[in-house]
Amino acid sequence: MDFNNLISGLDRHTLDGITRGSIYALVALGYTMVYGVMKLINFAHSEVFMVGTWAVLGTYTVIGATAGDGLGMVIAATVLALLAAMLASAGTALAVERIAYRPLRKKGAPPLIFLITGIGCSMVLVEIFGQVLRVFFGRPFGRVTVNIPSVLETKTVFTIPGIDLAVSNTRILIIVGAIVMMLALDAFVNKSRLGRGVRAVAQDPDTASLMGVNQERVIMLVFVLGGAMAGVAALLYTVQYDITKFDIGFIIGLKAFTAAVLGGIGNLRGALVGGLFLGLVEVYASAVWDSSWTNVYAFVVLVVVLMFRPTGLLGESLGKARA
Amino acid sequence: MSQLTAAYRGLRIGDRWDAAPKPVRWFGLLLVVAFAYYLPYLNILPFAYIRTDLTPSGSDWASVLFLVVVYMIVAVGLNVVIGLAGLLDLGYVGFYALGAYSIALFGSKSSPVVEALQVKFGLSEEWAVPFAACIPIAIVMSLVAGVILGAPTLRLRGDYLAIVTLGFGEIIRITARNLDGVTNGAAGITQVPTPPGPEIDGRQFFNTIDAERWYWLALTILILIIWLARRLEHSRVGRAWLAIREDEDAAAVMGVAGFKFKLWAFAIGATLGGFAGLLFGSKQQYVEPNAFMVQLSFLFVAMVVIGGSGNIAGVLLGAFLLTYLPERFREFVEWRPFAFGVALVAVMILRPQGLVPSRRRAREFEDRRHEAEEAAADV
Repeated sequence: MDFNNLISGLDRHTLDGITRGSIYALVALGYTMVYGVMKLINFAHSEVFMVGTWAVLGTYTVIGATAGDGLGMVIAATVLALLAAMLASAGTALAVERIAYRPLRKKGAPPLIFLITGIGCSMVLVEIFGQVLRVFFGRPFGRVTVNIPSVLETKTVFTIPGIDLAVSNTRILIIVGAIVMMLALDAFVNKSRLGRGVRAVAQDPDTASLMGVNQERVIMLVFVLGGAMAGVAALLYTVQYDITKFDIGFIIGLKAFTAAVLGGIGNLRGALVGGLFLGLVEVYASAVWDSSWTNVYAFVVLVVVLMFRPTGLLGESLGKARA
Repeated sequence: MSQLTAAYRGLRIGDRWDAAPKPVRWFGLLLVVAFAYYLPYLNILPFAYIRTDLTPSGSDWASVLFLVVVYMIVAVGLNVVIGLAGLLDLGYVGFYALGAYSIALFGSKSSPVVEALQVKFGLSEEWAVPFAACIPIAIVMSLVAGVILGAPTLRLRGDYLAIVTLGFGEIIRITARNLDGVTNGAAGITQVPTPPGPEIDGRQFFNTIDAERWYWLALTILILIIWLARRLEHSRVGRAWLAIREDEDAAAVMGVAGFKFKLWAFAIGATLGGFAGLLFGSKQQYVEPNAFMVQLSFLFVAMVVIGGSGNIAGVLLGAFLLTYLPERFREFVEWRPFAFGVALVAVMILRPQGLVPSRRRAREFEDRRHEAEEAAADV
């Protein structure tokens, strides 16, 4: 018990928690959207994120971006890496949907089977980066942690006066990036024509198809959007931590899914609330007690929240959000 | 008569089995069991290729058989939860770990718990809780854990249960890793006791070398558990589980108390998982937290689902395939997880009902498939 540590570093811990939570929230969007439309936990989503981090590494390698490049190169590399990660992640998500979920949907299989194929896909993706690609191309693939050049070097941009909290450019990018993407997605789902289709299928698939909404297309759209958000999260993650690994997705995916459930699965704003809440809880609790118990805090909070609010903090409502 | 035989031939294996006279069935069963007990010595040529120790780097055949049987116990236990009651438990490894840890914590002379007891009650350094007393401890611990986990969470909907149980499995492992003062942390606990038995050639009856004795012990327990599980499946409780799985609301209307029976399923499943863990820990004589990663839970669920959830023969086959095949093809150790993932996807897409589904389950799947096709045709 070290409350002094928490209180004295409250500003720093809060910033850490929000950074971590933003990444959770972005990944959680993928879980929550797929769940909202298909009532399905996409267990391969963690690997969709992982593929994104490799796409960032690939982009940097191809265009030769390293630490210490000029401003123009940094911006170009970051934007290209963002696009590559979004594309790779969205493509992976779509491939998973095509290979593992669509054939089962046609057969009307129960949810448990989707879960198993999801786990299978996740293992295949992990092994592609941990084993298959290593056999064909050698390093950097394989079962080791790979460093990603910190193209965007961490610099203190400004210091919040009064509490003396240094805010770096990477933090700003992560927090602002995550919030902008969330707002964009929220606007897309709530305002656009395609988004209306997504909400309609989430509310009532049969009626939606009677009204002329193409259910298959909505499902594809949801996977692509969730994948793209995981791609954004992948870029932001590499900007902050500068590493990737073949099994990097597992823990992030687990936490992001916890965040989605915490906020109310199926609810976009719930993903944001759940992600930030989980990030803050983890960082605060690690400051007070011991950081080797982080995952335990996360799950205990989840159980406690579910006991009192069985549908999460904001409730499940992809369909009902301003219907 | 000829018509009868023709009809008989047309039946599926399962139906043929049921149609056979009782003595024939008993004899067949006896043959299978006898063959199972004989397996460690299997040396008849075409069959001997299934042994895993044909190459010098292969794993010990009897040890593999033992692990297969332990995982079969796990699969039968998890089948009660997933296959019969229809609850998605992704934290089953937690109960398995609890069983292994309870025998290690109380039975090992070098565990911190036993050492503390020795000091407290002034016992000799050789003292530890006897093996026979560790069994009820393990059972009670996993049972209590099952109820503690189930009571608040079984009221949640299925998908939430999945994540909460997943978290439970992680919590058990992290606790075992971090509580240095109780579990020795990542170093693990050595000197886990083995079942008592006469000494042969100056060695204990259950030792690390003669693995076939472990296998026979586990096999005997497995047969007992299968018998119990079958009785349970066809009892009032078993029928209640089926009703809950197929339609919880309808079952509630018919007076089946959903929560109570779900908790029963959870507790029984937890107990069997804990028992399997106890056997595993005792055979290894060493327990460490890294043996209980979350991925093991996925393996357990995959055994049940691939084999055919709800059917004991099916889940036994699933457990056998998923434990035996990786050991048999050890030389491809680097490729195993990849092959496993591909196999999971392929089998589930081709046979979503599992390799050997129960007849009832197979019909449910057939219905669902027709519904899906009709729905597609309507649009």
